Amino acid sequence: MKSFAYVRAGSLAEAADAYASHPGARYLGGGTNLVDLMKLGVEQPTALIDVTRLPLDEVTELPDGSLRVGALVRNSDLAAHPRVRDRYPALSQALLAGASGQLRNAATTGGNLLQRTRCPYFQDVSKPCNKREPGSGCGAREGVHRDHAVLGYSERCIATHPSDMAVALAALDAQVELYGLAGVRRVHAADFHRLPGEHPERDTVVEPGELVTGVLLPSATAGLPSAYRKARDRASYAFALASVAVVLEVADGVVRHAGIAFGALAHRPWRARLAEEALVGAAPTAAAFERAVDLELSAARPLRDNAYKVPLARNLALDVLTRLARPGEDS
Amino acid sequence: MTARVVGAPAERREGREKVTGTARYAAELPSLGRLFARPVPAAVARGRVTGVDVSDALALPGVVTVLTHENAPRLAEPDDPTLAVLQGPEVPHRGWFVALVVADSLEAARAGAAAVHVSYAAEPHDVTLSATHPDAYVPEEANGGYPAVREHGDPEDAFADAAVRVDVGYRVPPLHNHPMEPHASTAHWDGERLTVHTSSQGTTVVRAVLAGMFGLEEEQISVVAEHVGGGFGSKGTPRPDVVLAVMATRHTGRPVTVALPRRFLPAVVGHRAPTLHRLRLGADTDGRLTSLAHEVTTHTSRVKEFVEQAATPARVMYAVPHSRTVHRVVPLDVPTPSWMRAPGEAPGMYALESAVDELAEELGMDPVELRIRNEPETEPDTGRPFSSRGLVACLREGARRFGWAERDPRPRSRAEGPLLLGTGVAAATYPVLVWPSTAAAHALPDGTFLVETNATDIGTGARTVLAQIAADALAVPLERIRIRVGSTDLPSAPLAGGSSGTASWGWPVHEACTRLADRLTDFPGPVPEQGLVVHADTSGTADADSPYARHAFGAHFAEVAVDTVTGEVRVRRMLGVYAAGRILNSRTARSQFVGGMTMGLGMALTEGSTMDAAFGDFTESDLASYHVPAHADVPDIEAHWVEEDDPHLNPLGGKGIGEIGIVGTAAAVGNAVHHATGVRLRELPLTPDRVLAGLLEAGR
Repeated sequence: MKSFAYVRAGSLAEAADAYASHPGARYLGGGTNLVDLMKLGVEQPTALIDVTRLPLDEVTELPDGSLRVGALVRNSDLAAHPRVRDRYPALSQALLAGASGQLRNAATTGGNLLQRTRCPYFQDVSKPCNKREPGSGCGAREGVHRDHAVLGYSERCIATHPSDMAVALAALDAQVELYGLAGVRRVHAADFHRLPGEHPERDTVVEPGELVTGVLLPSATAGLPSAYRKARDRASYAFALASVAVVLEVADGVVRHAGIAFGALAHRPWRARLAEEALVGAAPTAAAFERAVDLELSAARPLRDNAYKVPLARNLALDVLTRLARPGEDS
Repeated sequence: MTARVVGAPAERREGREKVTGTARYAAELPSLGRLFARPVPAAVARGRVTGVDVSDALALPGVVTVLTHENAPRLAEPDDPTLAVLQGPEVPHRGWFVALVVADSLEAARAGAAAVHVSYAAEPHDVTLSATHPDAYVPEEANGGYPAVREHGDPEDAFADAAVRVDVGYRVPPLHNHPMEPHASTAHWDGERLTVHTSSQGTTVVRAVLAGMFGLEEEQISVVAEHVGGGFGSKGTPRPDVVLAVMATRHTGRPVTVALPRRFLPAVVGHRAPTLHRLRLGADTDGRLTSLAHEVTTHTSRVKEFVEQAATPARVMYAVPHSRTVHRVVPLDVPTPSWMRAPGEAPGMYALESAVDELAEELGMDPVELRIRNEPETEPDTGRPFSSRGLVACLREGARRFGWAERDPRPRSRAEGPLLLGTGVAAATYPVLVWPSTAAAHALPDGTFLVETNATDIGTGARTVLAQIAADALAVPLERIRIRVGSTDLPSAPLAGGSSGTASWGWPVHEACTRLADRLTDFPGPVPEQGLVVHADTSGTADADSPYARHAFGAHFAEVAVDTVTGEVRVRRMLGVYAAGRILNSRTARSQFVGGMTMGLGMALTEGSTMDAAFGDFTESDLASYHVPAHADVPDIEAHWVEEDDPHLNPLGGKGIGEIGIVGTAAAVGNAVHHATGVRLRELPLTPDRVLAGLLEAGR
């Protein structure tokens, strides 16, 4: 068999050192995606650095009212956390819309962010894929791509990011905390994943050796009305065909804050900045919502078999915006 | 006198072993020194292997050998050419096995397979089915030995003259069986004896095929299938795993396990072929059918011809003077299709029962009443009398239980916010099949009885129901019956397939036990030390021609909610009522009916495989992408039956229940979606992309 080293890291420094001394290493969290990819031959790490014993498994309330989520907090625990449910309902809903109960019990916050696309060509080493093997081509372009991107894709790659959680984080203005040899830095969740461009092999802005240590949920969006909605082929255990996370604050008949992110439309959660700008300061009417969402989605360039994603994403966004604009009704 | 136990909800005999994990399956046998073998699938859709470089694989630790078409043992040509693995360089479809890596661990075998370098001379491929494909032809027969074409009267003229007409097309995509347990076999030699543990629906045929291919006597071979985690047709006959396991054990002299990974299954164990349907129904204004034409186009591989017999239910269902049923098939560079639960009936009844619903709408008639109005006196295709026919009883009982009378027939008449609600109905049918079988019944001195037959319990409860049959025939309590099944060392028996198992096996079990009871009555003194045994063989009896048309019938009702925001369809409730002769175990029967309906729900809403025109394989190759229904998709499902006393079947009076639950279910769901939305969608599955597009196109 293809052998690999296994290192159980006892501290962040140990993890970083182990990574540095094992070129081709991967950090191991819940393993729900990485281990599958190893079995498929897509990932062939020389070493697995198990970070699950690091003290990153707590949700902590910070003095400014923000929440710090450790990278090893399991998806099930994060979804069920009372503060998350109360203040960031879109995040809780997104987590619960993902995967299955068993997978959510194993999957970590950091691992969820770092999961790879489920593009079938990426997962099949007998086929071309620029993400898996740069320069080999894109099998999906002429192949089967009903589930692929309509926004922000490139000639090289039309894959989508599969996470539900990341879409909610993007809309909630969360930040991702990264630890590396150069120290700690923070990246906006909406900027954490990349568009494919010329380098689809790079999913995120994470530098080699950097470790996701946590996610910060800001006080600014705490308690604002928010929701996540996902359309899928079956009622559970299916990736989104399209999804949307919305944070919407309305006061005195005017939209004060709007955070909108689409899932399953692009290589990353698609933060709808154009729509948000169009909404802030406007009255929360159906017409305003439609104008804003259509403005955002006018950039969509559907492929041969995925034109449905545009009206689907539109319907989802309008539905969630409308519900959030009418507080007190069932969400 | 002992109370009768046939019909009682007896618990599964092996239930405890299964839920505690002590039941052992074909890949799980503890065996010191066994090897693991991993096949290498072809990476081109059509062509020839020009070279296999095994040096990197052989250099890996743990790899014992690599078999290719150049060094694999030559085998006698099998009747089923999909089993002729590693016998030549031709690649008939992507995923065809071109090498086998044998290693001392599963991991080493997998790494070895990844290190085999195969070069190909690829040729252009064609995997795209269309009704106008130039290579389409009418075969002699469809699967099951049915004539490809049947015609009565003048359906063209009758259709042209009909007062009310429906002329529509439906598409059913490729579907995969995907049993819980992937195909696996473990083989080993002991001197001159070959023992094979395999995940199969019937080991009798496995043994015969292996004997033929490897030049052995059947008596040298034992094939065992103690526990089988489902098959749904894909384990009906041997698949390449068992041939490869025997090949590898012969080559290495050591026990070898071949356990196919889930991702390999779509290419090598068969699939339900896609079917394109054209339905033309003509009726008079009273709803009496005057013309029926069901034309089916499907695909097969270049390896062998398999024709999904999807037009055959139209020969059974409705009284119509003019009819035409036709199968056409296109050979493509695709994996070989095979049986999947209710081959023929499942896709065929989706199309027929959807078209009947469309006709009801055209007529402004209730779809239950329309079906009852066209109830035939005799089997439409043959004129033979039905041994019993409970369709009308099922429709009426189902309508009563479902609350059909309260239904507002107008489409789009019920809404809950953005949800549109609707209900639909469809009929079901499945033929009664039975094959000759043998069994032995032993009376033992301790007062117990041992019943032996090579039945296979693929999860249906075969052991349990055979014990019930034996207990009643012997007039003893169920606890005194022991059952042995699942080995070719036992009296020969046919496979668990075609909903025929219980009838086929139960017949000789009943006969042997009945005769044993008679013998005990006359036997002077206690049962001797060596016991008493009676053998029974139903050859010539079970397969005798019947003057009757023998079919089970049923009716499915479904209620759906269609989300106009997303196009998501969710079933709220489903109800099935069946007329399937005598029900022999109410617990396991209910489980089979509900399982079939759940699979039908999947066929309607979530399951579909995509043939990748560019690469020539099925895109959905795991259970994350091939969407069988999850628990959250499956609502309250009810299964009921109307008792039938049919003397023209077998001594037990059962018709077979394993498949009818999937027949017509998808049509009931699709008809409910139409009732909910007013939009008729004619391609399965009804996924959100299609439903939303349909709603938008209709301006809804």
